Amino acid sequence: MDAVAQWRNQWFDYTHYLRREGFLDDQFAQLKKLQDENSPDFVVEVVSLFFQDSEKLLNNMARALEQNVVDFKQVDACVHQFKGSSAWIGAMRLKNVCINFRNYCEAQNLEGCLGCLQQVRQECLALKNNLENLFRLEQQIVAAGGSIPVME
Amino acid sequence: MSAVRMGLNGDEKPHVLAVDDSVLDRKIIERLLTNSSCKVTTAEDAHGALELLGLADGQQNFSNTVSDVNMIITDYCMPGMTGYELLKKIKESPTAKEIPVVVVSSENIQTRIEKCLEEGAEEFLLKPLRQSDVKRLRCHLTKDGNPTDEGMLCVGR
Repeated sequence: MDAVAQWRNQWFDYTHYLRREGFLDDQFAQLKKLQDENSPDFVVEVVSLFFQDSEKLLNNMARALEQNVVDFKQVDACVHQFKGSSAWIGAMRLKNVCINFRNYCEAQNLEGCLGCLQQVRQECLALKNNLENLFRLEQQIVAAGGSIPVME
Repeated sequence: MSAVRMGLNGDEKPHVLAVDDSVLDRKIIERLLTNSSCKVTTAEDAHGALELLGLADGQQNFSNTVSDVNMIITDYCMPGMTGYELLKKIKESPTAKEIPVVVVSSENIQTRIEKCLEEGAEEFLLKPLRQSDVKRLRCHLTKDGNPTDEGMLCVGR
């Protein structure tokens, strides 16, 4: 099997794994479809923006939850935004944690919120690693002279 | 199930104003629109949008900017003035009221949807938007602020 075929097989296995584990859903495939020769870095740019944004939002949430009197509405607003961004890139697990998080905000449950914040950080890190792996695989395919498969 | 004819000159691209406070959303929505052959201007809040339309408080109404925009897509949830309030301001303006406005939101709240439609929004769409959603919006586009009346059909959804 040549190099391109090997890398492409790895890509298929990896994307199947990511879908199966719920890291990415169909929306990510939709996002990839928006990329073309005129904007070959579109997905990478969007993903970078997402992680930059999430950094800010997570810090805002953490700060808000540290206050003596917690403004749960403010936390909720951050989570709402985070959930929206997660949905755009198909980050299903992140999105689901946000749903729980919002419920805890509404119930003004500090412990629940702190638990969710922890979870969000972990999921974010996992997703970042996964996407970096995926993009690296794609670079290998291109470097070997092949073309990146279309995500179903 | 497609528009028979756009009410636009041959190769003129429709100009869409996209309003959203999230830079990520703006980037993706802009891409969705350019992929549908639209020219896009973005605004990060309702006030910015009103300025671009020549409708901000204290602005003289220069008809140039208003008639140039063929459709407005706005997020519902924005700090300061919401998308709903922006929609109202547009529909209250004698010069801008004919511009179709589409409201988008990440939340599926029936009362929210109803009040936007009642206020004159063409459609209320849920985020994340897909290419197919945006392609379909083209049937709402107008030219020079007039609803297309040149035999254009917008059949079904």
